[in-house]
Amino acid sequence: MRHVFSVKIGPVGFRVGSDWRAPVAQLADLYAHYPQPDDGVPDFTVRLFAARPWRRFVRPAVMIGGDFVLPEAAPLPLAQGLLAAEMGMNLQMALGQRRYLLLHASAVERDGRALLMTGVSGAGKSTLAALLSLRGWRLMGDEFALLDPATGLIHAFPRLVSLKNAAIGVVERAAPERRFGPLLAGTPKGDIRHLVPDAAAVAAMHVPAQPALILFPSFGFEPAQREISHSEAFVRLTQASTNYVSLGERGFTALTGLVKSTPALAIDYPDTDSAIAQVEAAWEALGQDS
Amino acid sequence: MADLLFRSVRVETLRIDWLDDFTLIYHRASGITHLLNAPAPEILATLGEAGMTLAELTDNLSAEFDLPDLDAGALAARLDELVAAGLVIAA
Repeated sequence: MRHVFSVKIGPVGFRVGSDWRAPVAQLADLYAHYPQPDDGVPDFTVRLFAARPWRRFVRPAVMIGGDFVLPEAAPLPLAQGLLAAEMGMNLQMALGQRRYLLLHASAVERDGRALLMTGVSGAGKSTLAALLSLRGWRLMGDEFALLDPATGLIHAFPRLVSLKNAAIGVVERAAPERRFGPLLAGTPKGDIRHLVPDAAAVAAMHVPAQPALILFPSFGFEPAQREISHSEAFVRLTQASTNYVSLGERGFTALTGLVKSTPALAIDYPDTDSAIAQVEAAWEALGQDS
Repeated sequence: MADLLFRSVRVETLRIDWLDDFTLIYHRASGITHLLNAPAPEILATLGEAGMTLAELTDNLSAEFDLPDLDAGALAARLDELVAAGLVIAA
């Protein structure tokens, strides 16, 4: 392809090829402090291409291809090429990752122990991970937490943090402008703006962490907290995993091990200040229990 | 149904674990994870691989768990569910 970008995010190497320069230039800028894939060999390839040659120039529309594809995926306008690249990389992970159990969760780390946050879209996974990362936690990822079936450890996948709609303003007020990518307005998911993980998160992204707490946050409710049983956590996390079924018995072993060894809480919160306070309190209580 | 012989699938095809009051079964042959609660695990354990009729199962469960009024109709419904789930074979 005409334009190529390679990057290693956590343990996974990607190569993104594009018919256009702009998306690759944006990736190169935002992932400037990330390493290259090991030995220059990527695990997954993403292709951003024009459906017809003239669509490179006339109302350019970006099709998402790669090792794994969704046949019905609609193209995006070139102005959203960065989003197309990110979606393409997520798609490769969701459909192709076999080494780790993939949990659709954000993860942050403190003192070698990982806090996982999972829930439906809009629950605040990315927002809370971003805000916690600005308060001394190490960002491990806002989209996927990688559970290693062999060790039970969580591996980081700190791609760009994808902030949507109201979350953009919340994090803009907390982080310096230079940490943000361009505002992508009017995408199929609403407005999107990416936050670049800090250098410390990238430098430590090869360091796994012991899972210590699983949170199921829900936004838009009065503050509340309840314990989640092992069986409920198991069911919720099978639903939050994109590759539980394809991992077979390894996935079963990994997930039963995770829920048995890791306390889980549901927290309801009315605003992000309240959520951060609840998360920090739950984490502190954990330290007192152990 | 009265004449059918029911038996559990081979035990080496199952990976069994327990969470709270649930029995988790990973069925290697199908790749499906099942969450079971009473009386399904007890039915599977009592049936074994040798197999028994519904009447024999009712008698054995009644004796083992001290349930003199065990409802054979309800038990038959649970057996049907386990057959549909692929964990019990009817022949």
